[in-house]
Amino acid sequence: MHLTKEEEKMLSGKQGNAVKKSMEILVALGEIYGAKKLIDVSSVQIAGVSYHNLGDAGLDYLAELAKDGKARVLTTLNPAGMDLQDWKKLGINEEFAEKQRKVINAFRKMNVIVTCTCTPYLIGNLPRYGQHIAWSESSAVCFANSVIGARTNREGGPSSIASALTGKTPEYGLHLEENRQAQVLVKVKAKIDSVPKFGALGKVIGEKIKNKIPLIEGIENANMEELKSLCASIATFGGTALFHIKGITPNKTIKPKESIEVTNTEIDEAISKLSDAEEIDFVGIGCPHASIYEIKKIAEMLEGKKTKKDFWICTARQTKELADKMGYTDIIEGAGAKIAADTCMAVAPIKGRYKGMITDSAKACYYAAGHNNFKTRIRSLKECVEEAIK
Amino acid sequence: MKLEGRKIFKGKAEGQALVSKEAISFYGGVDPETGIVVERGHPLEGKSIAGKILVFPQGKGSTVGSYAIYRLAKNGKAPKAIINRQCETIVAVGAIISEIPCVDHIEIEKIKNGMQVKVDADKGVVEF
Repeated sequence: MHLTKEEEKMLSGKQGNAVKKSMEILVALGEIYGAKKLIDVSSVQIAGVSYHNLGDAGLDYLAELAKDGKARVLTTLNPAGMDLQDWKKLGINEEFAEKQRKVINAFRKMNVIVTCTCTPYLIGNLPRYGQHIAWSESSAVCFANSVIGARTNREGGPSSIASALTGKTPEYGLHLEENRQAQVLVKVKAKIDSVPKFGALGKVIGEKIKNKIPLIEGIENANMEELKSLCASIATFGGTALFHIKGITPNKTIKPKESIEVTNTEIDEAISKLSDAEEIDFVGIGCPHASIYEIKKIAEMLEGKKTKKDFWICTARQTKELADKMGYTDIIEGAGAKIAADTCMAVAPIKGRYKGMITDSAKACYYAAGHNNFKTRIRSLKECVEEAIK
Repeated sequence: MKLEGRKIFKGKAEGQALVSKEAISFYGGVDPETGIVVERGHPLEGKSIAGKILVFPQGKGSTVGSYAIYRLAKNGKAPKAIINRQCETIVAVGAIISEIPCVDHIEIEKIKNGMQVKVDADKGVVEF
């Protein structure tokens, strides 16, 4: 791989240890995937923020980088393991909170904006069409590539930090136009008209095509909330980092010869597979993080009601502040539910805390079952709220 | 025998080979405190990768796996070296941040469990 004189200097350690380590990572990845050179990125999103996933070793690694590493481009963070201000209400212990604060402080020292959300595109890290970026967090990667038309590979935590500290990424994979073309045509013969159905569609397509790029036909309309649900689910169950939807997403693509169909029966089966819980004792909304529109709808449904089950609405801090301003937080928390900012039910340390979770998110079902040993049920937002007050 | 491949991360190591025909998930698949493979049904389930020359086709699973490799190294439970058929992001980054010698593009079928193996990652060479 060709390196400029400046990049050679960065690799040699002349700009500090964090830059050196970062360049070692980027050059090794470039060599593995056959990149000819490094390119500049304008935005970074870092996953691997919860102390629950990092452990002390991850924290040590971040603290080491923070000694002399500084983000050179706009860089934001994925959710942490707790609400950074109001963690006690989520039942987080002091020891965990202390470690989590150290993780956040290491990022802050590196000049990373400590947003703590998986929807950076909603709160100030919004790339434009065609822009090269280096994001981790599979749902956000898929949203940036597919819905916005920016260009990123599916980075991991350390490789995205390496891009933040250098402003660079190796040019391979989805940074190149020829690798962004659809490989399989997906004809949707089912009616997809709600967040859980878009989630189920992502599961069906993801499991069928693994990490191929689909061109999806037969979707009449999709709002932002439905698209973020599809992105989360197709990346979780499959591994694809880019899709095209005819008439909805902006990227140009060829029409592939290989084609598959998705039927109503398959969507129903996916919903029933994600719904093995008989008893529900937890309601989890906000995977990916809830938008202000979703919080508004929840507030309208909860007004004057009392919840009888633990109910988390996970969102970005900025979105919560808007909800505070609009009085939605008072209504929601007055009813007994909790708005959990900066965190989510997939990365908070709540393994085994509940038996059955109801949610509108297919991705949340996957992590609840795999990480937290909860059974799950996937339903519309309205049905989730009804279950909470039942 | 001498097999030639490619350097992923520099360094030299010598030790006993632990060979898996299947990919390894380091996040969730290996206990970071003990180095024991815990993935149900995995060919290495119940075996410790600590101090071994770990031979497997490639990594799989969550990208948090790179930090899991780093945790293993900090706990003194990491493999001495990693040999892959085709290295990918999770293992490559894990090896680099943990400073574990790592080579790929090696015909791993030729390495048998328990063999004494020498890795010279600087040259991308494996000998046994």
